Amino acid sequence: MQNPFSLEGKTILITGASSGIGKAVAQECAAAGATCIISARNEGRLSATLSSLDGEGHQYLLADLSQAGSIEAIVEQLPKLDGVVSCAGIVETKMLKFTEEDDLLRLFNTNAFSSIRLIRALVQQKKMKKEASIVIISSISGVRCGYLGGSIYGATKGALEGFVKATALELAPQKIRVNTITPGMVETSLLKDSEIDSELLEADKLKYPLKRYGNPEEVGYSAVYLLSDATKWMTGTSLLIDGGYTLN
Amino acid sequence: MDINEFIKDFADQFDETELEEFKPETDYREDLDEWSSLNGLAILNMIDKKYGVKITASEIKETKTIEDVFNLVKSKM
Repeated sequence: MQNPFSLEGKTILITGASSGIGKAVAQECAAAGATCIISARNEGRLSATLSSLDGEGHQYLLADLSQAGSIEAIVEQLPKLDGVVSCAGIVETKMLKFTEEDDLLRLFNTNAFSSIRLIRALVQQKKMKKEASIVIISSISGVRCGYLGGSIYGATKGALEGFVKATALELAPQKIRVNTITPGMVETSLLKDSEIDSELLEADKLKYPLKRYGNPEEVGYSAVYLLSDATKWMTGTSLLIDGGYTLN
Repeated sequence: MDINEFIKDFADQFDETELEEFKPETDYREDLDEWSSLNGLAILNMIDKKYGVKITASEIKETKTIEDVFNLVKSKM
């Protein structure tokens, strides 16, 4: 009997795969036996991700998914998929009273609309196989809690949570599942390159009952789980992985 | 760049404290009862928006008085 947690024989699209969570998701999908199609904007980093993947047959697709017009053409190039993990996203810390129209549009485009448009195009073009799995990387921020300066970011993640509910209903007849992962803070270059003081980060980690931030590969394992046949009866929900942060 | 105008912008990020309490030599973390990390974030956002300068959390941590912050912003303009 095949291991229900394996992705052997499945073709998975991973967006935002050039770094951080997206890269780790691609690596863990490949390690679980999937054939990966990875996409991002930065060619150098994307090809570095590609060469870090276990196994053969993976490919990459250079694409800026935050551009509304380009998504249909990108999706046309894709084969039929067993799964998609939408990881493209940006973080910004700006208090509501300082946000401008530009910030709203940029964050919603990159974090929410790009995922929604991608999944819409995949459905319209019938690129998702029967029993496929759709996974969106959301966040605890905007769903379970908030952070100072995260009103718009949280709104984009809350939008994704809402999107998943009705979409899961609509795709249920084809046994296509739609779920999100809501991680707490994850150690990625978004964090390493940020302007946040390292002492503040260390103090923040102590607010997590498990006393650390998540590792990108741990979000990757969650994605593999939701993509695998082990979760064939899970849809329209979100998987919380936050080191216990929201228990407090 | 004028320090009095900067002080007004700085004070604008507080809701309760009167403008008169903000002086160049004010040790803003110690002297202002209303001070919290929320004002800190608002001040960083204000400096970014109004003065077009990005200040990091570690840079602002090195400052003590409002004048220190003013000088920091000026040095980066």
